[in-house]
Amino acid sequence: MLTLEGLLIEQGDFRLAADLTVGPGVVALMGPSGAGKSTLLAAIGGFIDVTGRVLVRGEDVTALPPARRPVATLFQDNNLFPHLSIAQNVGLGISPRRLRAGDRARVDDVLARVGLEGLGARKPGALSGGQQSRAALARALVQDRPVVLLDEPFSALGPGLKAEMLDLARDVLAADGRLMLMVTHDPADAERVAGEVLLVLDGEVTGPHDRAALLADPPPALRAYLGPA
Amino acid sequence: MSLTRPGLWAAALLLALSLGTLAAVAWRAEWAGGLGAADWAAIRFTLTQALVSAALSVGLAVPVARALARRAFPGRAVLVTLLGAPFILPVVVAVMGLLAVFGRRGLVSDALATFGLPPIDIYGFEGVVLAHVFFNLPLATRMLLQGWLAIPSERFRLAESLGAPVGRLLEWPMVRATAPGAFLVIFLICLSSFAVALILGGGPRATTVELAIYQAVRFDFDLGRAALLALVQFGLCALVAAVAFRVALPDGLGGGLDRVVRRRDGVPLLDAAWIGAAALFLLVPLGAVVLAGVAGLVDLPGSIWAASLRSLGVALVATALAMTLALVLALRPGAGVSLAGVLPLAASPLVVGTGLFVLLYPFVSPGRVALAVTALVNAMMAVPFAVRILAPAVAQAEATYGRLADGLGLAGWQRLRLLLLPRLRRPLGFAAGLAAALSMGDLGVITLFAGSDKATLPLEMYRLMGSYRSDAAAGAGLLLFGLSLGLFWLFDRGGRIGADT
Repeated sequence: MLTLEGLLIEQGDFRLAADLTVGPGVVALMGPSGAGKSTLLAAIGGFIDVTGRVLVRGEDVTALPPARRPVATLFQDNNLFPHLSIAQNVGLGISPRRLRAGDRARVDDVLARVGLEGLGARKPGALSGGQQSRAALARALVQDRPVVLLDEPFSALGPGLKAEMLDLARDVLAADGRLMLMVTHDPADAERVAGEVLLVLDGEVTGPHDRAALLADPPPALRAYLGPA
Repeated sequence: MSLTRPGLWAAALLLALSLGTLAAVAWRAEWAGGLGAADWAAIRFTLTQALVSAALSVGLAVPVARALARRAFPGRAVLVTLLGAPFILPVVVAVMGLLAVFGRRGLVSDALATFGLPPIDIYGFEGVVLAHVFFNLPLATRMLLQGWLAIPSERFRLAESLGAPVGRLLEWPMVRATAPGAFLVIFLICLSSFAVALILGGGPRATTVELAIYQAVRFDFDLGRAALLALVQFGLCALVAAVAFRVALPDGLGGGLDRVVRRRDGVPLLDAAWIGAAALFLLVPLGAVVLAGVAGLVDLPGSIWAASLRSLGVALVATALAMTLALVLALRPGAGVSLAGVLPLAASPLVVGTGLFVLLYPFVSPGRVALAVTALVNAMMAVPFAVRILAPAVAQAEATYGRLADGLGLAGWQRLRLLLLPRLRRPLGFAAGLAAALSMGDLGVITLFAGSDKATLPLEMYRLMGSYRSDAAAGAGLLLFGLSLGLFWLFDRGGRIGADT
């Protein structure tokens, strides 16, 4: 599904290496703060330059700009343009040009799937935090890319709402054979939705590890980060 | 479509307008003649008045800004907003207000007469400095107030709890960091003063270089001498602008000045006196303009309405041009472009006007292109301000939404339409308001070109003042004041309405 082949990210003193393949499903990306989780997502998304290769379904995408990669990203914040309506925001996932009637119907359909039926005409500022997250999910959904990256887009929500959004993301985004790669600080999030875990530690990305096995017996560095169980 | 390529064209146009016109002027200069005694007097006067004006403006702004920074009182927000008003106030209107207060037949002279004292006369050096302080004291006050409010309130509390001297510990270092930039900006503004000197100065003892250029072209038709003076003026401005380019310039246009740090130091009565004096100095001349203007509105000659329409047209064209140039410059960060963005500060309008005069004179009668040239030069002069307002907003929009736009493949026109223009609405409206008001009230290059017809409203008003029709001039002044403020308000408001943040 997603292969990082001899990938090396260098930014000043910071170095992160990765050489691995993950399959479809939900994969959690864990590791201490500053280890490079968000940077790895930015590299896969095409926002920063790297050496090595990024392959999606066997196709080399390293030279492609972000929009042409088979990858959709949900950022930590600013996932919606505040000056555009929800329907316009979601529609941008299809095309920046004026949408045809069929595409508009698809936007409405996707909005209904994430529970925002009839709210397409509103601006993001008129929605609650949870509804804004649903709209961002809807946009990632219409983009319909095989790889979806989640850089903690729900971290500003309360625990209950966050769990609800993770369930929704798993159900709609990771379906249809996609890979959903999500950064998380919270082992409970990983336990809730992820089958496998990539570990970012000491300048290296390892995995995929089986989530249950890893969290049952974490390596010392991860144990130090997670704290006493 | 690339968003960065048009920036090169805009930079090229601004370079041609500032340096190209200078070259045209140099080509016509008669090098054998050299500078005469009158020219040296003009240079001396220009430097002296700019020095004194800048020093007085910044020096007086320190106690006023300090008082505003530490006192909360009803009407403070209005007063701080009013401090921004002189920037968009037409020079000729302000000078009329100052004459109504400080002139031979003004309020102060009347008051002196009741005590049997002779009236004061503000024509000459004193008048020029007075007008420059009127315009720039508020600007300096806003710049310094920005500096005061940038000191975190915790530091004042810390200093207070330690019993440390707030002035020496916190305020003096801030003033020392802010004041030189404010001084340079105001010095530069006063250096290219034309309209103030045109109305209040003149004669061998009170002529600025800009005014001397105008007189050489208009009265003596001595293009060679005008060209030489234009080179001198460009050299002076470029020198100061080059120094200013290295100093971090404080910002006098921004908002967020409505915060007060509660403090216990200082004498409240003294602060009140400073604030009161500054407010009176600002408001009484403006009040005089309004009062005299209302009475004069019935006296307006028919030519005023045609001139108003011409001025509105010039202002709208200049605004559209200035905003286009500023936007494409702001979209293309880089040293060459930022130089093109500040170069108009060094190129004085009269120098550019003279250059265009030299270039166009063989082909068309200057009177026929007067309005077009005025709009072009007005636009050019507004670009540096507009770029300073737009560039940070572009950077902010890119920093916040750039990756999202990249991820969605928004490039070129789509990025401009869907991301940048909506995010820039407020700064675009504010900058367009400034450009429109500046152009509306400009009395500069038009004086070089205009014949008896094709006058703009400021020029028509100046002519009424010159022919001692003071009632009609006052009416025209109020109209001009209203149109300038109205244009600013419309554009600024247009940028705010429905802008989702």
